Amino acid sequence: MIESFVESLNSFAKYIIPLMLVGIPFYALAFKKVKVYEVFVVGAKDGFTIAVRIIPYLVAILVAVGMFRASGALDILLNLLAPALNFVGFPPENLPLALMRPLSGSGSLGLLTELVNQHGADSMTAKIGATMYGSSETTFYVLAVYFGSVGVVRSRHAVPAGLFADFVGAISAVFFCKLLLM
Amino acid sequence: MLNYIWFGMMAIGVIAGIYNGRIEAVTQAAIDMAKTSVTIAIGLIGIMALWLGIMKIAEESGLIKIIAKGLRPITIRLFPDVPEDHPAIGSIVLNMSANMLGLGNAATPMGLKAMEELQELNEQKDTASNSMVMFLAINTSSVQIVLPATVVALMGAVASQIFITTIMATLFSTIAAVVAVKTLEKMKRFKVEVQKDD
Repeated sequence: MIESFVESLNSFAKYIIPLMLVGIPFYALAFKKVKVYEVFVVGAKDGFTIAVRIIPYLVAILVAVGMFRASGALDILLNLLAPALNFVGFPPENLPLALMRPLSGSGSLGLLTELVNQHGADSMTAKIGATMYGSSETTFYVLAVYFGSVGVVRSRHAVPAGLFADFVGAISAVFFCKLLLM
Repeated sequence: MLNYIWFGMMAIGVIAGIYNGRIEAVTQAAIDMAKTSVTIAIGLIGIMALWLGIMKIAEESGLIKIIAKGLRPITIRLFPDVPEDHPAIGSIVLNMSANMLGLGNAATPMGLKAMEELQELNEQKDTASNSMVMFLAINTSSVQIVLPATVVALMGAVASQIFITTIMATLFSTIAAVVAVKTLEKMKRFKVEVQKDD
C-alpha cells in the first residue's frame, strides 16, 4: 500500500511545475486582468543580478569546503569519533555521509552511491544512508546562497542551529531505520 | 561564528593536507571550487529568471497574499516579526511547499525572493534577522514528503521503504531547527549588534 502511495506521490510531483507555469498566469490573466507577459519580464530581470550577487559568497564557502574535503581531514575526524559512536550504537559506516551531508551535496551523493554499491540497496547501511541523504540539505551551500543573495554576512545563530538540526536528522535517520525497517 | 568556521575549514584543510600528503589535492580543490562556484551561479540565472517572472505574476494577481493569509496561523509563530500580509510570508510558504514536493529548482528562486522581502524588514542589513535565520534553518533541515529523484534512482524498489523513515527524520530535524533557532536567538552571544553608520 505504501509502495503505491509513494509511487503516486512521486508521479504527481512531475505535474506540479507545468501546472504552476500555466496556472498562475491563467489566474492572473483571466481573473485579475494582469498583463502577464510584461509583468513576467519585470520579475525575471532580477534573475541575473541575484545570481551574480551570490558569486563571492559561494566562492568563499565552496573553496573552504573543497579544501577541507580534499585534505582527508574527514578521515581523521572519523577515526577520532568512531569509538564514541560505536558506544552509542551509531553505525560507523554511515558516519562519513553524516559528516559530509552539511558540507557538500555532490560529495554526499557520491558517498551514498558507494554505500549502495558496497552493501546493496537492501542493506540497513544503505537504507540509513538514503534516509540521511533525503532528510537533510547541504547546510553551508544553502547558507551561502540564501544569505549571499541579500548581502548578509553576519549569520548569527544560523550555523549552530543548522548543524544541530543536521545532527538530530542523522540520529533520527538511524533510529527510525532501526525501529521501522528490519 | 562563520569567520571561525570558514578560516577553520581552510586551516584544517591545509594542515591535514600536509599531514596526509595531499597538499596538491587541497590546492587543486581550492581552484576547482572557485570555478565551480561561478558555474553554479551562472547556471542559476535562467532558472531564477523563470521563477522570479512567474512569482511576479503571482504577486501582481494577489495569489501570494491569498496563500500568505491562509497559512498565517502557522507562520505567525515561526516569523512573529513579519507583518500580517507581507509578501515575504507568501514567498516563504511557496518555497516550503516546493521543498516539500522535492522541486529544488523552483524552491531556490522562491526562497531567494523570500530572503529579499525579509531583508526589506531587516534593520541591520549586513546581519541576519531572527526571521531570516528561522527561514534558513527550516530550509537546511529540508521538510520533504517526496523522495529526491536521485535517491529513487539509486535505491530502486527499496525506495518506498525509506519513505516513512525519511519523513520522520526530516520532521525531527525540522523541529530541532525551530527549537534551536528560538532558543539561540535569545542568547546574548547571538544578539544583533547595532552599529553606527560612519
